[in-house]
Amino acid sequence: MSKLDSKIPEGPVAQKWTNYKNHINLVNPANKRNIDIIIVGTGLAGGSAAATLAEQGYNVKTFCYQDSPRRAHSIAAQGGINAAKNYMGDGDSTYRLFYDTVKGGDYRSREANVHRLAEVSANIIDQCVAQGVPLARDYGGLLDNRSFGGTLVSRTFYAKGQTGQQLLLGAYSAMNRQIARGKIQMFNRHEMMDVVIVNGKARGIIARNMITGEIERHSAHAVVIASGGYGNVYYLSTNAMGSNGSAAWKAHKKGAFFANPCFTQIHPTCIPRSGDYQSKLTLMSESLRNDGRIWVPKKIEDAKAIQQGKLKPIQIAEEDRDYYLERRYPSFGNLAPRDISSRAAKERCDAGYGVNATGEAVYLDFATAINRYGKEKALILGIQSPTKEKIIELGEKVIEEKYGNLFQMYEKIVDQNPYKTPMMIYPATHYTMGGLWVDYNLMTTVPGLYCIGEANFSDHGANRLGASALMQGLADGYFVLPYTIGDYLAPDIKTGPIPTNSTEFDEAEKAIKEKLTFFINNKGEHSVDYYHKKLGKIMWDKVGMGRTVKSLEEAIVEIQQVRDEFWKNVKVPGQMNELNPELEKATRVADFMELAELFAKDALNRNESCGGHFREDFQTEDGEALRDDVNYAYVAAWEYTGKPSEAILHKEELKFEELEFKTRSYK
Amino acid sequence: MNMNLTLKVWRQKNAQDKGKMVEYKVTNISDHMSFLEMLDVLNEDLVNKNEEPVAFDHDCREGICGMCSLHINGEAHGPDRGVTTCQLHMRMFKDGQTIYIEPWRAKALPVIKDLIVDRSALERIQHAGGYISVNTSGNTQDANAILIRKSDADKAMDAASCIGCGACVATCKNSSAMLFVAAKVSQFSYLPQGQIERKERVMNMVEQMDKEGFGNCTNTGACEVECPKGISLEFIARMNREYFGAKIVSEK
Ligand SMILES: Cc1cc2nc3c(=O)[nH]c(=O)nc-3n(C[C@H](O)[C@H](O)[C@H](O)COP(=O)(O)OP(=O)(O)OC[C@H]3O[C@@H](n4cnc5c(N)ncnc54)[C@H](O)[C@@H]3O)c2cc1C
Ligand code: SF4
Ligand code: FES
Repeated sequence: MSKLDSKIPEGPVAQKWTNYKNHINLVNPANKRNIDIIIVGTGLAGGSAAATLAEQGYNVKTFCYQDSPRRAHSIAAQGGINAAKNYMGDGDSTYRLFYDTVKGGDYRSREANVHRLAEVSANIIDQCVAQGVPLARDYGGLLDNRSFGGTLVSRTFYAKGQTGQQLLLGAYSAMNRQIARGKIQMFNRHEMMDVVIVNGKARGIIARNMITGEIERHSAHAVVIASGGYGNVYYLSTNAMGSNGSAAWKAHKKGAFFANPCFTQIHPTCIPRSGDYQSKLTLMSESLRNDGRIWVPKKIEDAKAIQQGKLKPIQIAEEDRDYYLERRYPSFGNLAPRDISSRAAKERCDAGYGVNATGEAVYLDFATAINRYGKEKALILGIQSPTKEKIIELGEKVIEEKYGNLFQMYEKIVDQNPYKTPMMIYPATHYTMGGLWVDYNLMTTVPGLYCIGEANFSDHGANRLGASALMQGLADGYFVLPYTIGDYLAPDIKTGPIPTNSTEFDEAEKAIKEKLTFFINNKGEHSVDYYHKKLGKIMWDKVGMGRTVKSLEEAIVEIQQVRDEFWKNVKVPGQMNELNPELEKATRVADFMELAELFAKDALNRNESCGGHFREDFQTEDGEALRDDVNYAYVAAWEYTGKPSEAILHKEELKFEELEFKTRSYK
Repeated sequence: MNMNLTLKVWRQKNAQDKGKMVEYKVTNISDHMSFLEMLDVLNEDLVNKNEEPVAFDHDCREGICGMCSLHINGEAHGPDRGVTTCQLHMRMFKDGQTIYIEPWRAKALPVIKDLIVDRSALERIQHAGGYISVNTSGNTQDANAILIRKSDADKAMDAASCIGCGACVATCKNSSAMLFVAAKVSQFSYLPQGQIERKERVMNMVEQMDKEGFGNCTNTGACEVECPKGISLEFIARMNREYFGAKIVSEK
């Protein structure tokens, strides 16, 4: 029998959450004072959970590696957050958001979880507005919306190009209120090094004080992992430099199953790489695709001339441009979902039509939009037969109002003016749909160990729609976990504080100290980054946007080799008992080296193409993904047994009661 | 174009250490590199030579998390305007140039190591009042039930775009945190949701700011010039009005 019990409540999909809430155990407010909860990560997911749980009366301890919760990488989200408010009256509903999300995820997510997400989405906006989050308004004072890829309605709320920042500051302000009341104890610049399991339950963590290097023990009645995604397994990604998979991976090694590691999102619109020194990639928000048109030259000789710097994009005539998304997906056009847009860009660049020196870039062009907006504006201003220049001037102003900060960012990085010449973009690793397996309660396979936000696998299936990660993080933290965790903790009210002097804590601490000592004493030859870059290259070339049996088999062997080399030959300067960024990186990269192998193994196991997982051996004649619902409509949850190569696969069959499998078409 | 540069970098082992400037050379620096990528190159070089790399704060590297800092040739976040250090590009420098790199300098922001400083004083000011007392239970009114004039919403957004980097403090000759505090106070003061606690908020936040040892504001305006997010001095004026308004009421 499968060890997986997803604990999906009975009843029709639309009633499950309500029924569930009506029947769970509650903890009396007075008893909550006797219960401690550790939250690792204070991004949107962890921050919102911390605030709500503390408000309910639990004693909360939060951990993050930055110097403030306000700096979690949620801060970087630009575009927006979805919610089924139907403020625009364009036919949106809970059901439609549910449907779009399941379809967008290529039918590899759990219906019950997605429906719950869609149900609570509207409330998130109410909550954030009440907290003082300055979401964009129209001239009537009402909230404004825009649209994102993979949907036909406008349901995305935003705060300029800084939506994640504003939502995170909202969550942090809610935390501030609880910090002031003494209900949240913050441990900033603290890295979780391991989870401690006592009698089969998660009862605490070992953390490293990143300033003093001290190894600390922290106990609790439950532990919540909210540590974000593992996209940095590719070395280059849109994630922050410190984003890591370690907290989740440590939990995995302590018994939590890891689900669908190969489901990774490569975002179509990022600024292309400029050289070997590149440390990260910068996203250009998907919202730009509302107005930008994506193209490459039609003629290969034009593409070559551009690559050699002999031709400029604006010199290419309209009829010589290939707006390949509009050509291949007429109904969604430039707003085709991310996985599809990314692959289409790669297909054109692989065929030789790329538009920068490396051949790995396509154009995102605003000329049409500038012209259209300019004309509209001239009309509004009552300018009779405006000149071409006037139209462009007016149009550029409109574009500046909408995307000014993104255009400025682009210009700073690339040193080109995107109002005058099209932007160059290329796909980059952005988001990880895979993560720790959780049941309907958001609990992992280890009792008392929860996982929320990007770190879990639950809601986005094989591909996440734009503006849905912020929604999920806040839904998990504000509205879901606070119910589900109470149900688990109800029997714990008499347990009393968990001691930290048990053998379990002793052993966990000892193992960590040994590992850190190893790094410091290993007088190897190369830096941590040297190995991380090598790993990233294998992942991008062989486990990236197009995967084959051959590339994956090779990748597994190569990952093992780099890992061996890393352990033999890595060099970490400095000491253990001090602030030591190289040591921090070493422990994170050590985990990426293992996670990468499981990732490739998972990709090899999944003999189908779906969402972000594209196997070149499974495609239709016109290059679309070929899904296999008969054999692969399951969540692949991997159990750790000592080595990633020997991980055991457990399958959670996905049953679709409300929706039927459909081929995902955006044509 | 590739450059060779001389770097003079502040090295300080820990909070107790006295610290000093140390000279390094970096070669073959591309003008497309970001400033922090240039420091990565230096660090890789130091690791290869078995020396300790320079510790500096950074995370998002796209100008939004507020983690990066650095005084570069005497200017917070370097010579460019409206950007953080992580968004500063090497094309702002010339081949052969000498670049001085130092941490933020302010009593309330002590050095932890090399170029990393402790900004927890800024956190404590936020804990003192940087919030609206609303429960996160979800039992709030519909978001559109609160109408907010677009111009007010936009102003609140401008104020809210502060990233908490601390450049304003580091730049100010008095090490005042007024711009940072004013940004938070102003954000809430523009919104109807912020009205109820308006007076307590400004009093508590200012009181905490003074307790942390930040200096007074003498309106020199250097903070506004160096602020990577263009937070306007206008907010300081607004906070002063809020503060004195609140004080008069509380003294009655
Ligand atoms: C550039 C960019 C733009 C995006 N834009 C959008 C958008 O417009 N809309 C949208 O919906 N989504 C967007 N996303 C995705 C979305 O921002 C993230 O998926 C989401 O914010 C993740 O939130 P989180 O709380 O799960 O994790 P994070 O915000 O990443 O927080 C992780 C937390 O865990 C802590 N942590 C990690 N490891 C450890 C450890 N070992 N020990 C202690 N603490 C640890 C960190 O300190 C941090 O506090 C974007 C993502 C990126 C990268
Ligand atoms: S006001 Fe400007 S300089 Fe000061 S902390 Fe905020 S963003 Fe940084
Ligand atoms: S590293 Fe985030 S703002 Fe510079």
